[in-house]
Amino acid sequence: MPRPFTPKVVTANALLEGDVVYLTEDDRWTRTLTEAELIEDEAHAQLRLLDAEMQPDRVVGPYLADVKAGPQGPEPTHFREAFRSRGPSNYQHGKQAGA
Amino acid sequence: MYSYNEFDTAFLQERNAQFRSQVERRIDGSLTEDEFKPLRLMNGLYLQLHAYMLRVAIPYGTLNSRQMRQLAMIAERWDKGYGHFTTRQNIQYNWPKLQDVPDMLDALADVGMHAIQTSGNTIRNVTADHFSGAAADEIADPRPVAELIRQWSTDHPEFQFLPRKFKVAVTGSPNDRAVTAAHDIGIRIVERHGEIGYQILVGGGLGRTPMIGKVLADFVPGDDLLPYLESIVAVYNLLGRRDNKYKARIKITVHETGLDEIRRMVGDEFAARKPAFAGVDQEMLLEITSHFAPPPFGSAGTGDYDSTYATNPAFRAFVDTNVDTHKRDGYAIVSISLKSHGATPGDATADQMRVMADLAETYAHDELRISHEQNVILPHVPHRHLPAIYAALRDAGLATANIGLISDIIACPGMDYCALATARSIPIAQEIATRFDELELEHDVGPLKIKISGCINACGHHHVGHIGILGLDRAGVENYQITLGGDGTEDASIGERAGPGFGADEIIPAIERLVYAYLDLRESPDETFLQSYRRLGLAPFKAALYPAEAKADAA
Ligand code: HEM
Ligand code: SF4
Repeated sequence: MPRPFTPKVVTANALLEGDVVYLTEDDRWTRTLTEAELIEDEAHAQLRLLDAEMQPDRVVGPYLADVKAGPQGPEPTHFREAFRSRGPSNYQHGKQAGA
Repeated sequence: MYSYNEFDTAFLQERNAQFRSQVERRIDGSLTEDEFKPLRLMNGLYLQLHAYMLRVAIPYGTLNSRQMRQLAMIAERWDKGYGHFTTRQNIQYNWPKLQDVPDMLDALADVGMHAIQTSGNTIRNVTADHFSGAAADEIADPRPVAELIRQWSTDHPEFQFLPRKFKVAVTGSPNDRAVTAAHDIGIRIVERHGEIGYQILVGGGLGRTPMIGKVLADFVPGDDLLPYLESIVAVYNLLGRRDNKYKARIKITVHETGLDEIRRMVGDEFAARKPAFAGVDQEMLLEITSHFAPPPFGSAGTGDYDSTYATNPAFRAFVDTNVDTHKRDGYAIVSISLKSHGATPGDATADQMRVMADLAETYAHDELRISHEQNVILPHVPHRHLPAIYAALRDAGLATANIGLISDIIACPGMDYCALATARSIPIAQEIATRFDELELEHDVGPLKIKISGCINACGHHHVGHIGILGLDRAGVENYQITLGGDGTEDASIGERAGPGFGADEIIPAIERLVYAYLDLRESPDETFLQSYRRLGLAPFKAALYPAEAKADAA
């Protein structure tokens, strides 16, 4: 049986810096997960992923990542995406440094 | 020390120019990522979780102060002020920007360094004993042979597209500090009737199917070494599984084909290939060996070494733990720990790299080594300079006296950096080190190697840790599995799985129970953790790890 669709965001790494980025509803790439477009429909998710794949001059390796809706916007549901959204835990070197 | 000739330098310049144009074409959109990826990997450039990562080879772990300073400069100028030394005698930069990498490679080439074959299905950086050329127990310096293998394998047209990555390690001592048994080919320099030759191990490796290398040949004479190695790699190139990445390493080939059959095939191949060498390799080896002549050892007394040792307990602890016997009287080998309690194992800041470079230059014949245990070695230190070196290391936060002890942990980058990881490793290493420092147990516990990997690939060598920790993902939660009794030395063994894994908040208490159990179980303070484990087996340690189950069994 196919599993029910769970909410997603489109994520990738920025071509020039390698930073983790997310696709926003208005077609920008943001470094902040809460600004990402929360996608609740499977067909729309596939379309948005295609949009991302057509931007190889800006991002590398786009994929759909699981999230859930939070008060501020999408929130990670798996620890991997939590680390990606924050940066490494041993230094203030990821995006947490800018926050 | 070995230095590149004009041919090597021109080769690196050309290669870097080529990569620079490839990066430009990727950025302007004329190369797709699919086209670019193999090209960047050929130049050691990965894409990790939060950034690109550049892996730079430090052949057989040997550096001079100029090279170390250049690594510091690169860390400062194009990265975030530090570098990560790995178990494969590489340094990894965790934060380069794509457009800066060609400049970084040029800066490396200026000091004869590069990132070629630090990725891909080729013969990777050849590693060696980090005490090479200095150890009292050494039969011969393994570095000339390692350098010969490096030259032979770099850009070797036949071996650029092997079924899988291929790793070679060399030791010149019967005490194996190079983990030769966990490499695709392990080379051990041996002596027979006064003649130097090589024992060849094949099919060792960690990763998802850990195996200890098997002896393919007990004694390969010097003249035969290179053609014999070439024959092994050629046989593997032919037989190696290309249909399944997880079965592609030579350890699987040896396992599936059988050692005897591999030996026969290598023998046939050797007979065909040997004539092509016609002594060229031996001329090369002779020429290379001359570059590894020992430094001009002096002997001008021990200075205030003895009096400092007698009166300064901190210095004494440092010497007792971090200093090893040198082959020359009046000399010592100093291991600098990159594992200060709570730090990221293997990381050094640019300033620390410069301190180590300065110490090597001022006091220690300008030589440095990187160990597979993620530490830095000053291989040739006159005793009289030890107090000054210790003082400078202490000021730089580099004098932690914990080499070989419980906090001298190998940890791969894990999910803090690595795109393949299933859990983090660095915070676990940091917490264990901090915990045992607080307990002030470290020196009582004595030699104990903990090694941590963030996934089954085993970059942190957990299979050969006395205590191995493997980070896993159990339904979206970090989980840590313990193996016990692994050993990476000449008595190599793969650790046994102790039982179910532990959550991130349970793993430190579990390690603590394990260590207290050892302290109770050991026959005397001289019996190490590994010796106790080998004497007693898994059961008592398992009982300490899983006390609830042990109680239930007894009930
Ligand atoms: C970019 C980060 C890294 C990636 C993508 C990576 C990837 C891998 C993979 C896929 C394997 C398994 C190979 C196989 O079994 O076929 C492996 C093994 C290994 N890697 Fe890494 N690695 C990384 C970083 C490191 C680091 C930082 C170290 C040293 C601390 C390291 C040292 C090793 C070692 C020692 C092995 C096991 C040797 C063996 O498989 O025989 N790697 N790595
Ligand atoms: S063991 Fe896994 S997590 Fe650790 S560096 Fe290797 S591939 Fe990454």
